Amino acid sequence: MTLATFLVDDYTLRTVALGAVALGFVSGALGTFAVLRRQALLGDAISHAALPGVVFAYVLLGTKGSLALMVGAAVAGFLGTLLVSAIVRSTRVKEDAALGLVLSVFFGIGLVLLTWVQRRPDASQAGLDRFLFGQAATVLREDVVTIAVVGAVALVVVALAWKHLKVLSFDPEFGASLGLRMRATEILLTSLLVVAIVIGLQMVGAVLMSAMIVAPAAAARQWTNRLGAMTIAAAGLGAAAGVTGAVASSQVERLPTGPAIVLVATFLVVVSFLLAPRGLVVRAMRARRARSRLGTHVVLADLAALERAHGGPGRAHPAATVGLLEETDATAALVALERDGLVARDLEGNWALTDRGRVEARRR
Amino acid sequence: MTQGQLEIQAIAVVTAVACSLVGTFLVLRRQSLLSDAIGHSVLVGIAVAFLVTGTTTSPLLLIGAALTGVVTVALVQLVTSTRLVREDAAIGLVFPALFSIGVIIVSRYADGVHLDTDAVLLGELAFAPFDRLEAWGWDFGPASLLLMGAVLVVDAIVVAVLWKELKLSTFDPALALALGFTPVVLDYVLMSLVSVTAVGAFNAVGSILVVALMIAPPAAAYLLTDGLGRLVVFAGAIAAGSALGGYWLAVALDASIAGCIAACCGIAFGLAWLLAPGRGLVAAIRRRARQRLEFAQTMLAIHLANHEGLPEAAVENRVGHLGEHLRWDSDFAGRVVRGAERRGLVVSSADVLSLTDLGRTVAQEAVTR
Repeated sequence: MTLATFLVDDYTLRTVALGAVALGFVSGALGTFAVLRRQALLGDAISHAALPGVVFAYVLLGTKGSLALMVGAAVAGFLGTLLVSAIVRSTRVKEDAALGLVLSVFFGIGLVLLTWVQRRPDASQAGLDRFLFGQAATVLREDVVTIAVVGAVALVVVALAWKHLKVLSFDPEFGASLGLRMRATEILLTSLLVVAIVIGLQMVGAVLMSAMIVAPAAAARQWTNRLGAMTIAAAGLGAAAGVTGAVASSQVERLPTGPAIVLVATFLVVVSFLLAPRGLVVRAMRARRARSRLGTHVVLADLAALERAHGGPGRAHPAATVGLLEETDATAALVALERDGLVARDLEGNWALTDRGRVEARRR
Repeated sequence: MTQGQLEIQAIAVVTAVACSLVGTFLVLRRQSLLSDAIGHSVLVGIAVAFLVTGTTTSPLLLIGAALTGVVTVALVQLVTSTRLVREDAAIGLVFPALFSIGVIIVSRYADGVHLDTDAVLLGELAFAPFDRLEAWGWDFGPASLLLMGAVLVVDAIVVAVLWKELKLSTFDPALALALGFTPVVLDYVLMSLVSVTAVGAFNAVGSILVVALMIAPPAAAYLLTDGLGRLVVFAGAIAAGSALGGYWLAVALDASIAGCIAACCGIAFGLAWLLAPGRGLVAAIRRRARQRLEFAQTMLAIHLANHEGLPEAAVENRVGHLGEHLRWDSDFAGRVVRGAERRGLVVSSADVLSLTDLGRTVAQEAVTR
């Protein structure tokens, strides 16, 4: 059976996969800005800080409808980010500590509320804790519609505010000097990030949601230097991780969806780190080439020096003599130089500069 | 108070002090979020050690978890060192991946055993006294208390022995390197302590509380005092206080102890933020108000000096006229005049103000400065 028929036939899988795609798309696109602005861990803080909002919304509104809980989560998450920036601005506590503080204290308060609610006589609160770890299997069609609509609105806002967001990501001072309202843009971006996180909480949970923000954007960053391309690539990679993870978890027994999605996203990051144009493999190859180029330069100069010191032009020397000067094996470099016609081997296997090689050695 | 309650509080306090001790260095080194990363990724170590040993009580679980903590830090540094992403993104990539692996191992191989993700993340202090260390017919007390006691002692000894080195590499890593200390080694020593402490602690109280205890008390202490020694002591005291307060709050609300302790840590930080002498919000507001008043008094002195001895002085230098000239409302003008009189800058007779010698000097200095 092909993947396509799977997706059409299996209702649960289709729902989960669609939700995961929508979620990966939105969080990937918005994660771009978070990663570029060095706020990758803001997502972690927001997703943990959302917990008390979820429980509060449940207590206040008495419903477990995903929109109501999302609104609660969003309000708490947004309050958390405001608190982080207030702490950083008005005290000497640095951003990392402020993030950790808000994250853990909000989560703790959420835990208090949750356990308090759970000890009430009626059992209708069951399932609230899926916001902690995420339970993709419990996602309903209405939830997917909510995710898609809210996510689409967020993306439209990104498109409308594109220029402002771009300036904010790269040079906020410049933006402010142009008269763009950078503080307002920052609040807008944070709100959008909150939205992206909140819609993912019930799918993948608080702990793993931060990976959905960071991983697609970190992978996309390796492939391009342009913001537009990076945003689209991150959205695509996020969606790909979402659907792959969802399908994998449906095919493998007892493979939870959230972790599966995160691991696929992490795999995409590793591949990008290795194979992208600025990645580790290309970098290593370039370094090797540069090293060998440098090696041939040195060997050429060595031969020229030997020739001047011992017997004049045309005098040949064994490879070992050259190697002795550099304390390495010079044969590879000599062969490379021979290929370029800069050195030549005589009958005894000794090396001498050609005329061109002599000119080249002087020029360098 | 029953013995169980006493034991829970003892575990909470010992855990809190141990966490705040290593947390102080994390906060000062701007590495706070490594506690979050380690707190989550240790799940992998526990899960793997469980696979190997087949039990949930073996000390191998702790060792496995502590190793994972160190591996987490090493991975974060490895990813950062490629310079493909920055450190924040590196942390955000590494720990969710490790946590995911842990969750998958647990749900595939350890289903039904008491090794669920909830217990790791949330902890349950209330059950800690039931897990006791008994040997040779003796009851040595709750296992967590002994474990955390040992962890605290180890932390304290290592920090005491390496005090000078840690201090230097925390505040001036470049100088530490130049003087021949090796900040990298110290870094790993510290991270090992953080891992061991986090593992021991979350066994009892859950990883989120570990983050709260490692960051909030040192951050609060950081607002209250200077000097590394006092910082450590303050942080420990705040952590212990939050642990006790959190316990009783939990009893009152019948809610999660770990959550209540985290909330108390937050309250402690909030109080320090508001009330810290000299640095708190209240102190800042009062300072600003005082400066505003002092500035206004100087303005008054300048105004009076400008009109002094001139015919219009009788009109200009009346208290009632200030509102028109300096745009002060009468209430504020009254406070400024009273303050200026107290400082001996002006004297008033029948609503007309005149400068004293001191007031004249102040005006003169303010204008020429």
